[in-house]
Amino acid sequence: MTLSARPRPRGGWSLWLGAALVATLIAAAALSLIWTPYPPTAIDIPHKLAAPSEAHWFGTDNLGRDVASQILVGSRVSILVGVIAVGIGLAFGIVLGLIAAFSKGLVEDGLMKLSDFVFAFPALLLAIMLTSTFGPGVVNAIIAIGVYNVPIIAKLTRATANGVLSREYALAARAAGRGPIAIALDHVLPNIAPALIVQATIQFAIAILAEAALSYLGLGAQPPETSWGKMLADAQNVLYNAPRLALYPGVAIALSVLGLNLLGDGLRDALDPKLKARS
Amino acid sequence: MLLEVAELAVDVATRWGLQRVVDRTSFSLKEGESLGVVGESGSGKTMTALALMALTPEAARVSGSIRFEGQELVGLGEDAMRQLRGDRIAMIFQEPMTALNPLRRVGAQVAEPLMLHRGLSKREAEAHAVQLLDHVRLAEPERAARSYPFALSGGERQRAMIAMAIGCSPRLAIADEPTTALDVTVQARILALIDGLRSESKMAILLVSHDLAVIAGHCDRVIVMYAGVIMESGPVDAVLREPRNPYTLVLLEARPRPGAPRGARLKTIPGAPPVAHEHNVGCPFAGRCALTIPICRTMAPPEVAFGAGHISRCHRAREVGLAP
Repeated sequence: MTLSARPRPRGGWSLWLGAALVATLIAAAALSLIWTPYPPTAIDIPHKLAAPSEAHWFGTDNLGRDVASQILVGSRVSILVGVIAVGIGLAFGIVLGLIAAFSKGLVEDGLMKLSDFVFAFPALLLAIMLTSTFGPGVVNAIIAIGVYNVPIIAKLTRATANGVLSREYALAARAAGRGPIAIALDHVLPNIAPALIVQATIQFAIAILAEAALSYLGLGAQPPETSWGKMLADAQNVLYNAPRLALYPGVAIALSVLGLNLLGDGLRDALDPKLKARS
Repeated sequence: MLLEVAELAVDVATRWGLQRVVDRTSFSLKEGESLGVVGESGSGKTMTALALMALTPEAARVSGSIRFEGQELVGLGEDAMRQLRGDRIAMIFQEPMTALNPLRRVGAQVAEPLMLHRGLSKREAEAHAVQLLDHVRLAEPERAARSYPFALSGGERQRAMIAMAIGCSPRLAIADEPTTALDVTVQARILALIDGLRSESKMAILLVSHDLAVIAGHCDRVIVMYAGVIMESGPVDAVLREPRNPYTLVLLEARPRPGAPRGARLKTIPGAPPVAHEHNVGCPFAGRCALTIPICRTMAPPEVAFGAGHISRCHRAREVGLAP
């Protein structure tokens, strides 16, 4: 096939810029596992609120902790939250969405109504409800964000799976005597994977934002744990003395979310054959 | 009899209530026989085909009787039905472009029923798949087996679909418009292939088509469907040469004919098929038929026999086609 030259995916730059930002985030998290300039929780009152210098690149906070070290460790928390919360969303969402798509009728309606019910609560409200019931902390925040992801993934899975099931090859697979599980694994999942990958990337960004918001409200990371949201909350107390303390975690959050969103957009362009055909 | 269908009805739940899309059809198929089902879009021919495999949509209710190899299929559980599908009864689909999964290699897809019903290992099945692709005369079967569907032409894909369908030597193959999406020369070759497979393995074929020429050339018997009702059935020669039903007659007249004068208009059937929820008593074709008399609108037409299994469902069947 000499005529099968594929058109280059559009939006290449957003894919690569997004990938670079996300790679930086992952690299920072990986680095923090083996090295940080200072122990991130080491309190050094005599040097509190120090300006950026060679010793402390981003300065120190109101307890004299090294901000650069905290940012590095915070990236780890963000990734952890994103991976687990999106993982929970994918694990339960895909299964529920596929059950809905295959079962039709009452089960499908019931599952989707349940999704709508969970969906009706804003993410943050849901998270506040869960963390106030089960206590604050990173783990509960992750679970809360994960629960919020489930209906989103479930609805996407159901909708795209229904699209695949209405294709003739799904009917042909049934006509060949294949059962629903085989059809789900061999025909549905590979064909809906691009949509799920893109959505997972977006949900990852939302999870990072949600964790930051929860930690900022005091419902996420608890001392001595650190996270970007908690750094923002701490910085608020000294906002007039050292506004830059709010800047670092804010920029870190913004760049991570931007990177993930660009990556999601770029992947959508690269994976969606319809967009490709148009370019 | 390989297949005996009696009083088969399919009702679909819609917002106007239950609509009868297949109305008490009865027909049968012998080993190695080829039965054509012809009719306009929406005449219920595809729904009939799907009902035989219990693949009708969720909203559809099937009643009546379908006996296949002596086993009643209506009401048979999904698990038992799954054993039959792809093994004893196979289906060849209309759109070779969409009936193969674009993300799986052709060989793997052809091998699937073999692993499922014959218990072959993946390796054995894929080796056998290459033989099958060769058997349906696909050029370079090894290469085709390794290819993804996009790399094959429409005709090649339809051959691959047929290879997938005949893998387990089914006794009945249902071909739903198998050549509609193909151009005419490819169509002729695919139909010749199906004929060849039928004569070598004594497999019966149910060929659903709206193309009378295809039916005439490749079927032993034909049933003509309209609005879910069998209007006429019988040996292909008798039905298509001496139609005894006004619907068959106008269907034949609506064909494009070689040698027709340039610019001549194709004959059409006035009106539109009845919408199922409006369809009540009488003959479904009464609203469009040139021979309609009052009784056509008030009483369902009887079956009138013309010998040798030729049956027409019309109040005026004996008057049809006698003088042009």
